[in-house]
Amino acid sequence: MLAIPVVYTLVNSYFPMVGVIVAFKDYNFTQGMFGSPWSGLKNFYYLFATQDAWIITRNTIGYNLVFIALNAVVPIALAIMLNELRGRMMKKIYQTSMLFPYFLSMVMVSYLVYAMLSHGTGILNRSVLPFLGIAPVRWYNEPKYWPLILPIINTWKNAGYTTVIYLAALAGINPEYYEAIASDGGGKWKQIRYISIPFLQPLVIILTVLAVGRIFNSDFGLFYQVPLQSGPLFPVTNVIDTYVYRALTQTNDIAMASAAGFYQSVVGFALVLATNLVIRRINPERALI
Amino acid sequence: MRRRPLNSVSPAAGTAIHVVFILCTLACVVPFLIVVAVSLTDERTVVRFGYKLIPPVFSTGAYKFLSNDIQQIARSYLISIVVTGAGTFLSLVLTALYAYPLFRKDFPYRRFFSVFLFITMVFNGGLVPFYILYTQYLHLKNSLVALILPYLLNPFFVIVMRTFLTGSIPDSLVESAKLDGASEIRILFSIVMPLALPAFATIGLFTTLVYWNDWFMSLLFISNRANVSIQYYMLKTMQNLQFMLSNPNVAFKVNKLAIPSETVRMAMAVVGIGPIVVAYPFFQKYFIRGLTVGAIKG
Repeated sequence: MLAIPVVYTLVNSYFPMVGVIVAFKDYNFTQGMFGSPWSGLKNFYYLFATQDAWIITRNTIGYNLVFIALNAVVPIALAIMLNELRGRMMKKIYQTSMLFPYFLSMVMVSYLVYAMLSHGTGILNRSVLPFLGIAPVRWYNEPKYWPLILPIINTWKNAGYTTVIYLAALAGINPEYYEAIASDGGGKWKQIRYISIPFLQPLVIILTVLAVGRIFNSDFGLFYQVPLQSGPLFPVTNVIDTYVYRALTQTNDIAMASAAGFYQSVVGFALVLATNLVIRRINPERALI
Repeated sequence: MRRRPLNSVSPAAGTAIHVVFILCTLACVVPFLIVVAVSLTDERTVVRFGYKLIPPVFSTGAYKFLSNDIQQIARSYLISIVVTGAGTFLSLVLTALYAYPLFRKDFPYRRFFSVFLFITMVFNGGLVPFYILYTQYLHLKNSLVALILPYLLNPFFVIVMRTFLTGSIPDSLVESAKLDGASEIRILFSIVMPLALPAFATIGLFTTLVYWNDWFMSLLFISNRANVSIQYYMLKTMQNLQFMLSNPNVAFKVNKLAIPSETVRMAMAVVGIGPIVVAYPFFQKYFIRGLTVGAIKG
């Protein structure tokens, strides 16, 4: 029984693991993964000699740090507020509509974003900015706005989902704890500070630490499709994933692509191990290894 | 008048919270409504006045234009349905086949195969070797198999499934079935699987979403029109119109108003998002249940 999934895993996962040797080779399609001649660290010299290596690392880590912070703070705030509401009906409506973006693919999201940002016809340029008396902006050509736009989209898409997780955790808190503080004259802020937050803390730590372990990976669609692959935006939208993809399929630069991919895999692996150590310290039961 | 329940927020704070959530709700729903509205607006009106939430001049021109390509759209839908259906089914089978032995305490190599799977969670070869494997070794370029194969086994779901089995199926049940002479396959399919339906439902739901929403594998492997899924078709529509209008040579020759590009694009979005909207009420109900039960919480 086990044979089928194990063979599958061997081919689909383990073969590419061995395949990282491509990064140390002068790859050509005729000789393939194992026949191509070794080239030592040449690919890495080339990669790190470019400005790109620094830009994609900065963008990948920078955006991820912002996303991690927002994905902790915003959903916790929303979950705590939602938990205070009494009407089941309204609660349900809010929750349902806020989870909706999570179900959309990034291609669909790119359409919705385009409806907002389109230069000639978008809501922002034709309705919102004129109303505020601000001149229209060429959003898809102006890099400076995207470090703000991308975190907004990311939060918009994912906050609903994370809120549901936190809400479930809050629902598990015995109301007597709150009432105990209330009967001592403690208001809502005190209850949030001394009950809600401490209860959520382990979950927050786990989710955050897991996200830190993936800090070298990005949501490909968010950085590739949502900015519509606009060239002028590359300085602020190019991340390791999009760089590897473009080097592999558009410029056919296997050397650069494999070197960047290896860099991503190995540093990512090291980060997973490191974060695992941290989890072990905090809560050994949650540790992966 | 009803009294305020004990320890509830003040009416003012309650109102403030409602305002916050009404804004959030609008932020999540209105962009989609705008897309629907634009798709139903006359193209010239859109070019002149921009996107509006309520169509000033109603028109179904965009959908008429899209209907020129109805065969491709229908085909793309079919591709998406086939890939999602086959992918979800096979992935559930594979997940069960891996999770079941790990759940059996009398299976001698449990530890080895757990670690074997776990390694794939923390280290992966990255895109380049994966791409070379699929194109040079498995020769799956332009094959639907290339859209199904990559997502067949999620180690995380195997762990979820094993945990679920451990928690809900007593060892004695399996023991007694074995004493009655049932084969392992028989135990898995007629005893364990029916009891593990909630886990299957949750994992199946997540997997359906992964397959339906995927376009990255198409981007990597599909270059023939025949195997373009609905997501990939949407991506191409966005790209092609973009490409056409950003090319000055084309922009000079083609009368911009002849192709209702803005409204067609939004109509395409409606056609693509449609099924998600229809299936959403059902989906989110089980989705939230799956999340809150704790099966997926990690």
